[in-house]
Amino acid sequence: MTRALGRMAAWRLAFTAPLLLVVTLGMFVLAKASPFDPVRQYLGDRALTTSPEIARQIRANWGLDRPLAEQYLTWLGNLLRGDLGESRSMHRPVAEVIGERLGWTLLAAGCAMVVMLAASLVLGSLAAWRRDSWADRLISGTAYANEAAPVFWTALIVIWIFAVRLRWLPPGGLTDAASGTVEPADVLRHMILPVAVLAFSQSSWLVLFVRESLITTLREDFVIGARARGLRERTVVVRHALRSALLPFITLLGARVPELVTGAILVETVFSWPGVASASVQAALAADFPLLAALTLLATLAVVAGNLLADTAYVIADPRVRVLGVS
Amino acid sequence: MKILRARFVTLARLGVVAILGLSASCTAPSSPGTSSSNPGTRDTFVLGLASEPDTLNPVLGYEPDGGSLLFDGLVRRNADLTLAPALAERLPDVKGTTVTFTLRQGVRFHDGTPLTSDDVAYTYQAVLDPKNNSGIRGDYTAIESVEAPDPATVVFHLKHPYAPILQRATLGIVPRRLLQGQSLDKAAFNTKPVGTGPYRFVSWTPGDKVVLEANQSYWGGAPAIKRLVMAYSADDNVRATRMAAGEFDATELPPKAAARFEDQVGLTVYKVPSADYRGVMFPLDAPVTGDKAIRKALSLALDRSAMVGAILTGAGRPAFGPVAPGTTWHNPAVDGTPTPDRDQAARLLDQAGWKPGSGGVRVKDGTPASFTLMYPAGDSLRKDLALAVASDAKKIGVDVRLAGLDWDAIEPRMAKDALIMGYGSPYDPDYINYEMFHSSFSGQGFFNPGHYKEPDVDALLEKGRAETDPTVRKQTYDALQQRIRDDEVWTYLVYLQHVYVVRGKWTGIAPAVEAHEHATGGLFRTLAEWKPAA
Repeated sequence: MTRALGRMAAWRLAFTAPLLLVVTLGMFVLAKASPFDPVRQYLGDRALTTSPEIARQIRANWGLDRPLAEQYLTWLGNLLRGDLGESRSMHRPVAEVIGERLGWTLLAAGCAMVVMLAASLVLGSLAAWRRDSWADRLISGTAYANEAAPVFWTALIVIWIFAVRLRWLPPGGLTDAASGTVEPADVLRHMILPVAVLAFSQSSWLVLFVRESLITTLREDFVIGARARGLRERTVVVRHALRSALLPFITLLGARVPELVTGAILVETVFSWPGVASASVQAALAADFPLLAALTLLATLAVVAGNLLADTAYVIADPRVRVLGVS
Repeated sequence: MKILRARFVTLARLGVVAILGLSASCTAPSSPGTSSSNPGTRDTFVLGLASEPDTLNPVLGYEPDGGSLLFDGLVRRNADLTLAPALAERLPDVKGTTVTFTLRQGVRFHDGTPLTSDDVAYTYQAVLDPKNNSGIRGDYTAIESVEAPDPATVVFHLKHPYAPILQRATLGIVPRRLLQGQSLDKAAFNTKPVGTGPYRFVSWTPGDKVVLEANQSYWGGAPAIKRLVMAYSADDNVRATRMAAGEFDATELPPKAAARFEDQVGLTVYKVPSADYRGVMFPLDAPVTGDKAIRKALSLALDRSAMVGAILTGAGRPAFGPVAPGTTWHNPAVDGTPTPDRDQAARLLDQAGWKPGSGGVRVKDGTPASFTLMYPAGDSLRKDLALAVASDAKKIGVDVRLAGLDWDAIEPRMAKDALIMGYGSPYDPDYINYEMFHSSFSGQGFFNPGHYKEPDVDALLEKGRAETDPTVRKQTYDALQQRIRDDEVWTYLVYLQHVYVVRGKWTGIAPAVEAHEHATGGLFRTLAEWKPAA
């Protein structure tokens, strides 16, 4: 099986290279077509007091006056040599910007993923088990409403309730404004709201999925059989029904990665969380192409890797499964 | 079943390992604090600011007008905006094209290395080097070269006599040793600066805050506030909330958001006048706005007092010229009435041949008195002002059509459509005005887009730039302001006030007429001299 998995990974990697080429090329074409002038964004307020001659010089220094194909090939060549270039809006190497921010995004997104998994499993099972009870109505009702609500809206409501009205938790940032060092307890306190919002906003799908899947499984013969054998209800639901209802869950998780990336962008921005996702918003607003390109690459890789992981997990969990490259 | 369970256990372990790995890989995006002081002590002062700088390197444009607490320039500004020596021992004479500064003795950078004239020369050379993509290079184009003949002397060679050179000498000086030979696009210095200023850099969490601590060996005396946090939050309401919650000790707010703090015990609201004006920039070659009578009549018909009262909620004053009242250079004769004089406006239009036509819009030789007024779409203040202009203009039979556009769409249209624009610097009348009204800048990007060309105005601007005698210079700029007013090149609307809220009682707060940008400058530029009031 290990060989089969290896083959699958190799296949995926083989597909990744052309995919990244297409994504980056698309990005370049879009950037060229964009009405925003990166030099004006770079100069900010100063753009209005800068002579066109100086703006032209900066454009030439950045190679923006070169043909699109040449710009793309230069960028690609630098990328292959491991040089991601410099972030224009932050005046720093792109690798450094991503390096110091990636950890915070992974921390928040990772925690959100765990919370999301645990919460949707528990709530989904509860809703299925007590189907049509008030608990089920509350859980599925909230899930549907949440699915319809934009993440940033949920985030603002949560800030208003917990940070502005109740003042239980800070409204944003990584640490308290007055603190100069990064203390774990301080970060943890600042992490609660963003992680909760991210987990909550991504979980409704999973809750509904677990509920549906479990309801179907509870009707299956082996569950009825287990009940007929007089097993405890808990054993029937958790060990028999839930377990077999869970397999497609793994694939779903992989498919959720793009949503998680989008969610993280909004949540990080609203909560001023210093991660890569909020940096991509800044990069986009500043038309900071080198940074934006690297972040888009990263997001593409995250999606590919997420799917690969999910499929791997699926193959491990159920050897009968056939995916591309595994036969 | 057993196999399946085993597989799930493996998966779960993998998951746990992954999450732990992620958590362990997290490090602070800021450099580790070198500070030994305890967070949360009363020595810490938290500023809530709206806009975070892109860089902390003065060469790339960080606070060149002396607003930085990390850096010193050769000169600095007193509360009344007069200049005082900082890294220079005394203010040099400015005559001709050579200016020689002697450096203050014994000044050291925060890392302990001594300041020499090499650092000063390097700083200016780096700004002027086109390779460095410095956004402020255009401000220093009068400088031909900068030399350091000996460690205590810096000589500026100018391309032409340039009176404001001392005003430009507020630029923060950086240590050559830490920057020379590096690409400034990615120098570590941009985010970990070393200066000579009253505060030294501790850490920067991008998107969140910059932490500074007092420079105990500052040549001007150690500041009373020992730790300074500049926390950034772009949203006005969020800053107001954090101020109310006690998280900030001081913040900048728009007048409306600051109103709730007016009568609170322990808080003081400062309304500081600024040179930051908003006005209507006219295309002078266009058929309707090219007629002086239209521009004059429009200026007379505007209700500037209503604009100040309703749009700025009182935090501003009517504007009639490009040089702010309260500065040395303002010509008090350039004035007008804040309330509209529609009869006089109508008379002017009648005399010029603009006769009432159909639909209430005046007509002259078949041309209706109608023009387009653009404003940047995202700017609600300029939008409100544009609406007010259009509504006042309608009352005298001038039709103003509004267009809210992005800057990239505005720029190519400036030669034929009017625009709500804002500039303003309290430091020197040469700033901006030269580029705005000199014919050589006609049609150059945002400079003089209206194509204003008057030989005598060019002469006044050139004289003012070169003249070093204060009395003659003042007369020159008085004449210039009068000339601009007579020609109604722009119709000036309002000067804004900047509003700050400060917690506690302090001495050393020195409000002065402020420039357009007010990030760490503004009221907070003298923070190193603030002391708790007894």
